[in-house]
Amino acid sequence: MIEIVETGPFNTVQDLGRPGYRDIGVSAGGAMDPLAVRIGNILVGNPQDAAAIEIQMFPFKLRFEVPTVFAVTGADGQPLLEGRALLSWCAYRAEAGQILELKQPPKLARAYIVLGGGIDVPVLMGSRSTALRGGFGGNAGRPLMKGDRIEVCALPQPLPLPAGGIAAVAPATALRDAFPVADDGTLLIRAIPAGEHELFADDGEAFWSQVWRISSRSDRTGYRLSGAPIKPVKTVEMRSHGVVPGVVQVPPGGEPIIQMSDANTAGGYPKIAGVIEADLWRLGQARAGSRLRFVRSTHAEARAVEQIVSRYVEDIERTSQMVKRALKAMT
Amino acid sequence: MIATSKPLVSSHQIVTATKGRARVSFIGGRSFLLEAAGEFDLPAQRFIWALSHVVRDWADVAEVIPGMTNLLAIFTATPEDPEFIVGRLLEAWDSVPSLDLSGKTIEISVHYGGAYATDLAAVCDFSGLSDREVVRLHHDATYRVFALGSAPGFGYLHGLDARIYMPRKTVPSLKMEKGCVTIGGMQTGVAMLTGPNGWNSIGYADLQMFDPTSSTPALMAPGDTVRFVPDRIEL
Repeated sequence: MIEIVETGPFNTVQDLGRPGYRDIGVSAGGAMDPLAVRIGNILVGNPQDAAAIEIQMFPFKLRFEVPTVFAVTGADGQPLLEGRALLSWCAYRAEAGQILELKQPPKLARAYIVLGGGIDVPVLMGSRSTALRGGFGGNAGRPLMKGDRIEVCALPQPLPLPAGGIAAVAPATALRDAFPVADDGTLLIRAIPAGEHELFADDGEAFWSQVWRISSRSDRTGYRLSGAPIKPVKTVEMRSHGVVPGVVQVPPGGEPIIQMSDANTAGGYPKIAGVIEADLWRLGQARAGSRLRFVRSTHAEARAVEQIVSRYVEDIERTSQMVKRALKAMT
Repeated sequence: MIATSKPLVSSHQIVTATKGRARVSFIGGRSFLLEAAGEFDLPAQRFIWALSHVVRDWADVAEVIPGMTNLLAIFTATPEDPEFIVGRLLEAWDSVPSLDLSGKTIEISVHYGGAYATDLAAVCDFSGLSDREVVRLHHDATYRVFALGSAPGFGYLHGLDARIYMPRKTVPSLKMEKGCVTIGGMQTGVAMLTGPNGWNSIGYADLQMFDPTSSTPALMAPGDTVRFVPDRIEL
């Protein structure tokens, strides 16, 4: 059991989402940085899809009511346990009564607190994720509030941990070569032209060449981009069709919207591009006000990056199994 | 609201007219959108229903979302050769027989006009018809659920009388109430969530169409027939 001591609005329980129900209008939802949730879960000995707390509004504080193994992943910066600075991407053990505190990260957007056993809220439609728009799932369909007490599933076997914890190399470091950033810090997001790209004619090139700024009117549903508007050469009355996170739609105003984890399941705005799936976690860590540029990509490249990410996760899973076996042998 | 189920013949194949060409485009690496060319009509949608049953069973497909005369197929991984997938989808489209889903019939009791009908006057202006006539055309028609999407349990209904087509608003209502009976272009439906909405409200229905704790969370399914029954007309 944990108790929320301090929280901003819009911090929620999330796992890897509930795909499979978009055909009845239910967004897949799930963590904006699913890679951080998977790595965090491996570190604390959970299945990769166990539920975690997604923090996007800081500061955040919780109290452990019982001894608990935990890790903080995702955002940069240092979590504090009883005021002592810890490493991110590292599993530790907290004692009953101790307070974990997360301050505003220096650069990135979202931190995940992953607990040994995983957050225990009811599974609805295959997931523990909070569906804010539908008002169900997670912690009673709403964001966490001060005073909330949340159950944690019991771990079958408590993980033996060294005092210094067990850490993983963060994906931003381990996968630096696969996820380029421009020299001036602009995030480079790979995308593949989508259905209405041709309709934008010359403005299509302006879409790829300009640097966009993520507007403050951005949330888990979608990121609005600010920049020089792009317009199609004619307006088409689109029939509603299924969409997925990463789709870049251009509403009449000409400033694109990237649908994110809580993406609507259907859409009818012209689509200029679709972000490759392997780059979505980086968008999930991009803050309002930060800059990005789209880079034209291909299926071959998307597949290659996907495989690099899979190998990284498998490698951490394998190493952590080895470390745990070794630790068990020592105890 | 009354939902009745027909006997177990939930679907049967029927013979229909010609099938238009389709085109396939990409959303990211894993998702492929097939759009039927041609009319927005029931014959076209029957092919989409058939295609969704075929594609859903492909081993490398994670999820299928039927839309309005289109279908989004989400694959489990980014394919090596996208053109090969495009070819498979087009081939499946060309070869599927039409499928009619004869689902249940749902009657929805509607309070036409009144406080929730915020856009009835605009529909009258656009159509050149009286409010009485707009309401009559809306409840006289029989609708089919073409697809679900946009909000949990929301059904896109086809069958709106062409005289009361009404374009979506360029500036959406910021807070439209759940239950508003709305027209969006050639489609009609009942708002499932209170929130921003670009469709035009002409009435209100008090009904529960989605329950996440149920084994069948959505009341409506593609192929269902929907009738709107005026409970009250307040003009």
